[in-house]
Amino acid sequence: MPQYPNRQFLDFEQPIKELYEHIEENKKLAEKNAKVDYRGIIQQLEDSIVDKRKEITQHLTPWQRVQLSRHPDRPYTLKYIENMTTNFVELHGDRNVKDDKAMVGGFADLDGQTVMFIGQQKGINTKARQLRNFGMANPEGYRKALRLMRLAEKFNKPVVTLIDTPGAFPGLEAEERGQGEAIARNIYEMIRLKVPIIVVIIGEGASGGALGIGVGDKVLMMENTWYTVISPESCSSILWRSWDKKEVAAEQLRLTSLDMKSFGLVDEIVPEPLGGAHWDYVESANILKSYILKSIEEFKQYTPEQRMNMRIEKFGKMGFWDEVEETEEMQ
Amino acid sequence: MTAEHGLKKLLIHQTPYFCYPQFRIMSIKKEEDIDNSLSGENIPEHATEHKGKWYKRLRKGITTSTADKKETPEGLWNKCPECNYICTTAELKEHLYVCPKCNYHHRIGSEDYYDILFDNQEYIVLFDNIRSKDFLGFTDLKPYQKRLDEIHAKTDLKDSMRVAVGKLNGQEMVIACMDFEFIGGSLGSVMGEKFSRAVDYCIEYHLPYMVISKSGGARMMESAFSLMQLAKTSGKLAQLSDAQLPFISLLTDPTFGGISASFGMLGDLNIAEPGALIGFAGPRVIKETIKKDLPPGFQRSEFLLDHGFLDFIVDRSKLKDRLAQLIVLFRN
Ligand SMILES: [Zn+2]
Repeated sequence: MPQYPNRQFLDFEQPIKELYEHIEENKKLAEKNAKVDYRGIIQQLEDSIVDKRKEITQHLTPWQRVQLSRHPDRPYTLKYIENMTTNFVELHGDRNVKDDKAMVGGFADLDGQTVMFIGQQKGINTKARQLRNFGMANPEGYRKALRLMRLAEKFNKPVVTLIDTPGAFPGLEAEERGQGEAIARNIYEMIRLKVPIIVVIIGEGASGGALGIGVGDKVLMMENTWYTVISPESCSSILWRSWDKKEVAAEQLRLTSLDMKSFGLVDEIVPEPLGGAHWDYVESANILKSYILKSIEEFKQYTPEQRMNMRIEKFGKMGFWDEVEETEEMQ
Repeated sequence: MTAEHGLKKLLIHQTPYFCYPQFRIMSIKKEEDIDNSLSGENIPEHATEHKGKWYKRLRKGITTSTADKKETPEGLWNKCPECNYICTTAELKEHLYVCPKCNYHHRIGSEDYYDILFDNQEYIVLFDNIRSKDFLGFTDLKPYQKRLDEIHAKTDLKDSMRVAVGKLNGQEMVIACMDFEFIGGSLGSVMGEKFSRAVDYCIEYHLPYMVISKSGGARMMESAFSLMQLAKTSGKLAQLSDAQLPFISLLTDPTFGGISASFGMLGDLNIAEPGALIGFAGPRVIKETIKKDLPPGFQRSEFLLDHGFLDFIVDRSKLKDRLAQLIVLFRN
């Protein structure tokens, strides 16, 4: 992960940036003035950084969680795969139109067992962001994902999907090639897939673009991520008719991991290092890995048919409504 | 049929043909913003005036003399948004709300579709006692509950989808149909639950299933719960498929977002009315993203047929016969 001064800071992370600046100042003073010992004060400042990281995560607003999920230093799909597995072989293409760079996947060794990893991939710099289309897949991305799931099914390997997308790409060609159909097909086929599927929201979980690889036996959500039907910005523009209500929209949508867990819409929250996953890629990956391994073990014991029925039941329970007595008049 | 199925909480609908309320027709602006239909502010203004009047006209209709029927209240003239052809509501109704001049298919609601499709306008409405509620306490410019209460007060609709069972040329079928007037026909928990129960009903009575879609997409006021309806309904379709019962998805103007990203596109047959706007992302969003004008005919039924996503396009006047024909083909 990037180290200071290459780290990037969100608005509410500015106090941490200032602490780093203090450390730099003291380091410079130490160089100039060999007689004074600056180690003590530098250590103190470094401790303060850890304290600050802790403090910040304790008082996050929903919007700040959204910001953290999009942190420019946050680890993306390939970073997690790199840190959790060995022998990763990336596989390309949907065998139909092209290879969608916004969706990656392939077999890897996860603690001695072969697992199919699939996920949206964001870019780490301007050029890569464009190549990855900001993690917004086209239909061929979803179809590539489905091809890889089928491959995993054929060889009886569990599937792990890592979700990090601001949405499926709203483009002209995407519509021509059936963006809706591609997502619908995946959702449907994932219900029926014969191998265990573990789903993890590692960053942004925006709507159908997320759910297109988001149906599984176990849905995990990392602590500082969001998952719902629309981004707070778009929700603000449609329901509040203004782009300025994104913070309010983020609150109203109840899109944080805590909310989603409390509603039973996700199964477990995966904790992140103090201050967020961007502070320690290795630690983040290790924590996530333990959750994934545990989940695979849990669902391996069922038959494919049991798993399918459990998925139908799991998602079938989601929703809220009232049932009224039949009193209405004949029309 | 009612007695055989043994369901008590059913309503028998026998709607006389002449009681189509005029407010069910909504004229469409050319460059419509599909997303904004989901804000729940799209109840037609004249809907209020007609609530109640609907019943009056109906009751009057049953006993009325021809003299009463002749009077033409103000506002019963309709202008086709496509070709500007002007005709009376009566004339339009006779043409199943399809422009006699240019074949433009006006948007109609579930009541109208049921009357057009079911033999003798006889059908049983199922699961009508399921109501949306504001579980999240969602408030945008208005609380969600207030929005629901207002629509319940202004229209006769209970939610954005109804389910009914009846016969088409003697062939029994379950038809779920969306009402765009109800928060843009949005997909929420109630639609998901009704959809699920409709599938169960089809499996129990071994009936084919059709959904008539007309929706801006997911209901934002139900947040992630609305998103999960995509998975919920797909799971039920897997069960319907295992029971080897046909599922027909009829896409009408407009069908977007969560519907096209789930059951809307998962029909054994995907069919559409002519000229319907159908897509995943709304035209405005696409335009803003690619910063280009969209080609003419983009996201219309004919465009989807060309790109291989529809089995066929069917005129409203031929819909019933075509469906009945298909059920027979599936069955024999
Ligand atoms: Zn016309």
